[in-house]
Amino acid sequence: MEISPDSIEYTRWGLAVLNATILYTWGVMLLIVLFSWSVVRRLTSSTDFDFCQNLLEVLVGNLLNQIEDATRQNPARFLPFLGTLFIFILVSNILTFVPGFKPPTGSLSTTTALALCVFFAVPYYGIREHGLKNYLAGYLQPTPFLLPFNIFGELSRTVALALRLFGNIMSGSMMGAILLLLAPLFVPVVMQLVGLLIGVVQAYIFTMLAAVFIASGMEAHTETAKRKQKE
Amino acid sequence: MDTMGWIAVGSVLAAGICMGLGAIGSAIGEGIALSRALSSIAQQPDETNTIIKFLFVGMAMVESTGIYCLVLSMILLFANPFWAYFLEKAGG
Repeated sequence: MEISPDSIEYTRWGLAVLNATILYTWGVMLLIVLFSWSVVRRLTSSTDFDFCQNLLEVLVGNLLNQIEDATRQNPARFLPFLGTLFIFILVSNILTFVPGFKPPTGSLSTTTALALCVFFAVPYYGIREHGLKNYLAGYLQPTPFLLPFNIFGELSRTVALALRLFGNIMSGSMMGAILLLLAPLFVPVVMQLVGLLIGVVQAYIFTMLAAVFIASGMEAHTETAKRKQKE
Repeated sequence: MDTMGWIAVGSVLAAGICMGLGAIGSAIGEGIALSRALSSIAQQPDETNTIIKFLFVGMAMVESTGIYCLVLSMILLFANPFWAYFLEKAGG
């Protein structure tokens, strides 16, 4: 039994390996880009727009609202990063119900890559907001003795972010495969539906956690900067 | 029983115990979080959206211990490193 789509190899040129994860990741990316391109090409501001434009407008509008709720800041600058994360995870989780599709989010390498993006996005937004010095000073709060714990906290939540998405999606497809052996008639269909729900919830949770991490990084350092100004 | 048998018994037992104990912990935590969230929604229905959002985020954090146990037991059952090592030794 395959525990992750990494082990399914199609071709290999020397060191470069084309496995199922890379193939389906590019497939999902191509799908999203082609769909968005075909809709954006004929955007209209009149009232008789078609279903696809409506879908994208609802998606972007709701994303903006949710990000604003989570970060309590102007959501426009977070939208490119967080929206990309959400749409990619959502599409690759929803496509699980297509037979033969192995979700790239069920591989630890994909989820680690996504979590690393969040890991680097937190200092990026923090430094852009407050400057390098103020941001680094935030790690010494409340006392310099807590520096190792602050750093360890950053690392451990990145690991948790990656493992959570991987565990949920991988266990979903694993349970499906096991149930297909045990009870092949109706039970796998129900489990697929539960897996679909879990996939959507996990995409939402991943994005919200990233938003909360970024916002908390920025807020904590805002307090530091304010305290500095008072002194 | 030979070494391979003991490894198999140990892996299955460890996976079962790991999954069982791991599920208990995070299930109790999530139950408490959900009950508190529901009672606070009952008291402050206007804040439902905020409460639900924090509930989701908090539950995701609580759940991660359960997920660790799940991943660990899956590895023990289906991708056991000890098993692979002894298979290689026995074969080679």
